[in-house]
Amino acid sequence: MTNIAFPAPRKGGAEGFLIALILIGVFFWSLYAVARGGDPLMEQQGWLIMAGSLIGLIMLVGAFSNGGPVNDESQYAEGVIKAGTIATMFWGIAGFLVGVIIALQLAFPNLFYFADFGFLNFGRLRPLHTSAVIFAFGGNALIATSFYVVQRTCRTRIAGGLWPWFVFWGYQFFIVIAATGYLLGITQGKEYAEPEWYADIWLTLVWVVYLLVFLGTLWKRKEPHIYVANWFYLAFIVTIALLHVVNNLAVPVNWFGAWSYPVMSGVQGALTQWWYGHNAVGFFLTAGFLAIMYYFIPKRAERPVYSYRLSIVHFWSLIFIYIWAGPHHLHYTALPEWAQTLGMTFSVMLWMPSWGGMINGLMTLSGAWDKLRTDPVIRMMVLSVAFYGMSTFEGPVMSIRAVNALSHYTDWTIGHVHSGALGWVGFITFGAIYCLVPWLWKRKGMWSKALIEWHFWLATIGILFYIAAMWPSGITQGLMWRAYNDLGFLEYSFVETVEAMHPYYIIRAFGGLLFLIGALMMAYNVYRTIRGGVEETEDRVNPQSSLVAAE
Amino acid sequence: MSQKKGFFQGIHAKFLERNSLILTVSILVVVSIGGVVEIAPLFYLNSTIEEVEGVRPYTPLELAGRQIYVREGCYNCHSQMVRPLRDEVERYGHYSLAAESMYDRPFQWGSKRTGPDLARVGGKYSDEWHRDHLINPQSVVPESVMPPYAFLADAALDYGQIEGHLRTNRLFGVPYTDEMIANAETDLEAQVDPFSSGYDDLIARYPGVQIRDFDGNPDELTELDALIAYLQVLGTMVDFSTYEAEAPENQR
Amino acid sequence: MYEALSQFAQTWGLLLFVLLFAGVLVYALWPGNRERFNKAAQMPLDDAEGPEGTDTGKGRNHG
Repeated sequence: MTNIAFPAPRKGGAEGFLIALILIGVFFWSLYAVARGGDPLMEQQGWLIMAGSLIGLIMLVGAFSNGGPVNDESQYAEGVIKAGTIATMFWGIAGFLVGVIIALQLAFPNLFYFADFGFLNFGRLRPLHTSAVIFAFGGNALIATSFYVVQRTCRTRIAGGLWPWFVFWGYQFFIVIAATGYLLGITQGKEYAEPEWYADIWLTLVWVVYLLVFLGTLWKRKEPHIYVANWFYLAFIVTIALLHVVNNLAVPVNWFGAWSYPVMSGVQGALTQWWYGHNAVGFFLTAGFLAIMYYFIPKRAERPVYSYRLSIVHFWSLIFIYIWAGPHHLHYTALPEWAQTLGMTFSVMLWMPSWGGMINGLMTLSGAWDKLRTDPVIRMMVLSVAFYGMSTFEGPVMSIRAVNALSHYTDWTIGHVHSGALGWVGFITFGAIYCLVPWLWKRKGMWSKALIEWHFWLATIGILFYIAAMWPSGITQGLMWRAYNDLGFLEYSFVETVEAMHPYYIIRAFGGLLFLIGALMMAYNVYRTIRGGVEETEDRVNPQSSLVAAE
Repeated sequence: MSQKKGFFQGIHAKFLERNSLILTVSILVVVSIGGVVEIAPLFYLNSTIEEVEGVRPYTPLELAGRQIYVREGCYNCHSQMVRPLRDEVERYGHYSLAAESMYDRPFQWGSKRTGPDLARVGGKYSDEWHRDHLINPQSVVPESVMPPYAFLADAALDYGQIEGHLRTNRLFGVPYTDEMIANAETDLEAQVDPFSSGYDDLIARYPGVQIRDFDGNPDELTELDALIAYLQVLGTMVDFSTYEAEAPENQR
Repeated sequence: MYEALSQFAQTWGLLLFVLLFAGVLVYALWPGNRERFNKAAQMPLDDAEGPEGTDTGKGRNHG
C-alpha cells in the first residue's frame, strides 16, 4: 500500500484556533504588563513576549494561508525534528560559548569583566550557561529525538497535527524569555530553576502539550509493545512535569510583574530545590539521554540492545532510586540528619542501576567492536556511555558524607557535572545528530567523516583538560580550607585558596574552548551535509524511510 | 506473535505496556514515593519549623537588598550555610541554624564557594569596605575573581512595590503586621537616614535594625544601600553569646 | 513519632522495596516473556521494514 499518489490531506482548523487563542492571550497579558504593569524589568521583558506572540500568530496565519498544515498519516513527520536538530546545535554552541566566556572571567577577571556592563557579570551569565546547555541544548535534543524515536518505534506518524510544532516553538520561546530574563536580572534565585513564574507557567503549558503529543503517538501505535526507549522518554516527560510544578510553586508580587516569592522557604525550600535539582540530572540529563542511548546505539551499530531484560530492570530501579538522592546536596546543612542519610544511602545504591545501564549500552557493541575503530560516531556514543559510567561512579562516592565534607562547595562538583554533561550528554547528543542529519535530509552520510574524527578528538581532549583541571582544583581548595598550621590556626585565608585556583581555571577554559571548537566543526559539517551535493562520503548511514511502514 | 499467554504476559499485555496510561501512572507513583517520604516530614518536624530567639523578618530595605542579591546571582558563587565542621566554624562563625533561613524565599544556601560563605558576613566588614569592594573588588582584594558592581552605586533603588513584597511574604506566614505593610515605604527610607522622624517606629517594628546611610551617599537611596544593608544583617539576628544549642528549647 | 516512623521504614519499608525489586526481576526474567522481549529488542532495527513478513518494499528508499 502506498499513499504517495494521493494528495496530502489537510486539516487542523480547531487546533490552529486554539493555538491562536493562547497566543492572543499572551499578547494581551504582555501588552498590559508593558503599558501598566509598573515593574520596570517586566516592561522590558514584556516587549519581547509581545513580539514572540505576534511572530507566533504570523507563523500560524502563514501555515493556514496555504490551505492548512499537511498532515499525511502515511508519512512520518520530519520537519519538526529537522527544526529540533538545528535548534539543538544552535543552542549547544551558544551554551558552550557562554561557558567559555564565564570560564575566562574566572581565569582573567581583569580582562573579561566590564564595569559598565553589569549584565555580563558572572552571576547573570552563569545561569545563562547552565540553562542554555541543560534546557536549550539538552531539551531540544530530547524533544527532537523523542519525536523521532516514538514515531519509528510505534510505526505511526506523530499525533497532534500542529501541536508538535507548538511544542517546538513554544519551547524556543521559553528559552528566549528565560535567557533574556537572566541578562535583565529576572531570576527566582534557585539553581537550574531560575526562570520566573510567568515563564514557568508557559513551560508548564508547553510541557503538558508535549506529554499529550507523546502519549497520543503511543496510543495510535501499530506495534503491540512499547519500545524501552519510550519508557525512558515517558519517565523523563512525566517526572520533569512533576518536579517543575512542585519546585516552582510561587506567588507573584504583581500579576503583571516579574518578581515572585516561592511558597517554601529555608529548609523546606532547600530540600524541594535539590529534590528538583538532582532529579533534573536524573530524569532530564539521565533518563532522557538513556532513551537516546537505547535507540541510537543499536541503530548505528545495527545490533539489538545487549539485554532487553536488563533494560527493564534498569528502568524501574533507576527511576525508583534516583528520586531519593537529592538530599546528598545538603550534607552537614541544617537539613535533619536522617534525610541526609537517606539521600546518601540511595545515592550509593544508584550506582548499581546506573552501571547496569552502562553495561547494557557498551555490550550492545559486542561482536562489533571493530566499529569503534572505523566509525567515529559509534566511538563517540560508546565514549559517552563510558563517561556515564564514570560520572555515575564518581557521584555515589561524592555523596558519602565524609567525601562530601571535602568536595562540597568546591570545583570537584563542577568537574563531576561536566564529565556527565560534556562527556555523557554532549557526546550521546552529537552521536544522535550525526545519525539524524543524513537520515532526515536523505543524504548518504555526513559531508566529512574526517571532520567527525576531528570533532571527536578535540572534544575528548577538551573534556580531559576540563576534568583534569577541576578535580585537583576542587581537592586542593577543599584541603586548603581545612588546613591548620602548627599553632592550631587555619593556615590559609580564603583568598589564598582563590589564588591557588588560577592555573586550573586557565586549563579549564582551554578545555572548554576545545570542546566549543569541536562543536563548531560539527555545525559546519551539518551545514555542508544539509546544503547537499554529498555525492561521495566515507561516512555511510543506512537510509531511513520517511513513510510509515505499511501493515 | 507467540500464541501462548503466560500469566505475566497477560498482566503485561493488559496493564503495563499496551496501556501507556498505566505506564504513566506507574512512573508517577514510583517517582513520588521518595519525594513524599523526604519532603513531607519537614513541615511537621520541630527542628525544621521551630523559631529561635532573635530571628525576625527582614526590614523593607533588607528585603529590597536581598532582591538585588538574588537578581545579581550572588548565590552562584557564595553560599549562606556554615556547616558544623571545625574549620568552617572557625572561619565563618557559628554553624547555620534552620531557623535562620526560615524567612528566606528563596533560600540562598548555595552550592559553590567560588567566594567565601556569607551566612555570617554581617558586621564583619565596615560599610566602606563593602562599598569599595562591591564597586571594584580587586581594589580591596587583588586576587579576587569577583565581578565589579559599580553600577549599583548609581542605580536609584526602585521600591515602588515594596508593600506588595511584604504582603506576598505574609501570605506564607511571615509575621509582617498591617502596620509594617502600611509603613513599608517610610520604614525603607528611614533605615538609611538616622535623623528621620521614623527612627523610633522602625526600631520598634524591627528590633536590632541597623540605621545609617550604607553607601556613603546621603543624597540618594541606591541599590548599593539596600544590598549593603542586607549583607550587614546576615547572620546577626541570633545572639550566639547567649544561644545554647544544648538548651531544651533548641533540642527539639 | 519519629522513632516509630523510622522503625517502620527500616523494617516494612525495606521489605516493600525488596519485594518491589523482586517483582521487577521476576517480570523481566519470566521465561514466557523471553520471546517478546527478544522481538522488542529488534524494534529499532526493523523500523524501515515494517512488521515482520509484511514488508512489501514499496515506496521505501533502500539505498
